[in-house]
Amino acid sequence: MNFQRVFSLVEKDLKRMIREPATLFLIILFPVILTIAFGVSFGAIGGTQSTTYQLGVVNMDIAGPYQQWSQHFIGNLTDTEILKIQDYSSNETGQADLIQGKIQALLLIPEDFGQSCDSFWNAPTDPSLWVNTTLTLYLDSGSMFATQAIPPIIQEVLVATVYGTQPVPVPRPIHIGSPSLVQASKLTAFDYMAPGIFAYSAIFLTMTVAQSFTTDRENGLLRRINTTPTTSSEFMTGQAVSNMFAALIQVALVFAMAYVVGYRPNVNAATFTLAFVIMSIFALCNVGFGLITATLAKSSGAATGLAFIFIIPQMFLGTFVGAALSPSAQAAGKFVPSYYVTDALTSLFLRGAPVSSPKILLDLLVVSISSVIALLSGILLFRKYGKT
Amino acid sequence: MNETAIVIDKLTKKFEDVTAVDGLSLEVEKGELFGLLGPNGAGKTTTINVLCCIFEPTSGSVSVGGYDVRREPENVKELIGVCPQDTAVFSYLTGRENIELFGNLHTMPKEKLKKNTDELLERMGLSEDAKRRVGKYSGGMRRRINLIMALVHDPEIAFLDEPTVGMDPQSRRAVWDFIKDLKKQNKTVILTTHFMEEAEELCDRVGIIDYGKLIALGAPEQLKAKFGAKNLEEVFIQLTGRRIREEL
Repeated sequence: MNFQRVFSLVEKDLKRMIREPATLFLIILFPVILTIAFGVSFGAIGGTQSTTYQLGVVNMDIAGPYQQWSQHFIGNLTDTEILKIQDYSSNETGQADLIQGKIQALLLIPEDFGQSCDSFWNAPTDPSLWVNTTLTLYLDSGSMFATQAIPPIIQEVLVATVYGTQPVPVPRPIHIGSPSLVQASKLTAFDYMAPGIFAYSAIFLTMTVAQSFTTDRENGLLRRINTTPTTSSEFMTGQAVSNMFAALIQVALVFAMAYVVGYRPNVNAATFTLAFVIMSIFALCNVGFGLITATLAKSSGAATGLAFIFIIPQMFLGTFVGAALSPSAQAAGKFVPSYYVTDALTSLFLRGAPVSSPKILLDLLVVSISSVIALLSGILLFRKYGKT
Repeated sequence: MNETAIVIDKLTKKFEDVTAVDGLSLEVEKGELFGLLGPNGAGKTTTINVLCCIFEPTSGSVSVGGYDVRREPENVKELIGVCPQDTAVFSYLTGRENIELFGNLHTMPKEKLKKNTDELLERMGLSEDAKRRVGKYSGGMRRRINLIMALVHDPEIAFLDEPTVGMDPQSRRAVWDFIKDLKKQNKTVILTTHFMEEAEELCDRVGIIDYGKLIALGAPEQLKAKFGAKNLEEVFIQLTGRRIREEL
């Protein structure tokens, strides 16, 4: 590996990103404009405004010796300020309002809620003695932001109500959705969307890489470089490094713009570093997808269209759009790498999860494996079928 | 490097059912300026592409600078400079940046690269435009940059595939002088061209190929005498006919 060659190729690619208007728009301006537009539209401006959601609650645990638990839980939900609680006497009346859009979600607290909490406190280390129960949550499927925002807030409040500030044991007597550690107060819709926007921006690297390769191929530049002593690995390393660099610039710019419009995640240097690492690795995945696109496409124009084969699924199933989709579409999201990027960044930025948490590390592992597979597939396919 | 710069022995190159080069055998001496002539689609560029390790031979053997193009392409690529037929430049880079990129791909020392770049830009009359992006250049300027990119690293063997196409007479003369200087530096030059006047002016020997086969070989004067022709163009027409062909 000759670093003079790699460096000169990286320098060339970075100049392309800056000097070619279409590339500059996709890599730099588009994410910035998107962030500002979403930030302005969804309540992040100034960092002090907050969106509220109407949550209907049907409390069926109103009698018996353990009813103070459900009262305490509802009180905690009210204290978040982001949720406006409306009491319902029955599921039917709550459902009627949910259908009419008067509330965005309806929470059913079961009769044995308090008993379940109490059983946990009586034997916190012995799950066999717990009374297990489940909270039921209905969401307005037409409200993308409610479906994304409300479950983690309720989860957070539930955790705080049942377990207090002590470390949360893995087995629990009460379940709702996936576990999370959300700072529920003062959050806006944009706070929930921002992690997905980071991933969303990087997805378009697929298109710029595909266009770059097909244009260079059309212009005889790949063939010309092939007459120099430059090896395939040096050439591909140049591509990978320049696109990782582009992804880092994207993350920095998107974060800076998000900050300008009021985004204030609770993060530290380690969180930032890990976010950058995840995005860099994800960039490699998109380089791989770009190479596969360039292999399939006969021209740069065709590459632009074909790139959407990879962009659309990643965009709809794996970024901020995903939470509004049907359960089957959400399940399909687990097959696209951007899902894990968004999930990891959400855990880091929104839930304040530590960098060493198993969930983050699992996401990182999945993104890494996906990227290696996509990149190697792209390189092999392009070398075999795409050079000429 | 051997005294024989290029040895082509029974080279055949097929693309599916099309035979582009058909049993071509040829030797080019070190320091020789050799012209490869032929009508459109005769197999000139395919031959050059095999010599430059872009295409693998279907059969036969080819060595460049003593290195086999199939087994030792890395060594071959260290020796050669290639000016492709179609201008291949990065339009978003400046003229200087394009040249320096290819110098860096040949791992030239920084000082030597700058010196060579400055000299070549001056020689080709592009010094003042070196900082402009190539996308803004005229066709002739692009072709001159295209040529400089092939030669900036001072290659032992240069493949110049129709280097003067689209140039005005002044630029063409400048390139001819430049190519003559390469010969004075004992560089081996393989030149393909459709301009018979160019081949006659520059080449020590020419090989005329048609349908992938070598149909004539010798110094321009020898060929003219052999075929009783006033100039090389007459020789060319006698050998290849008047039928207009298109490259596929």
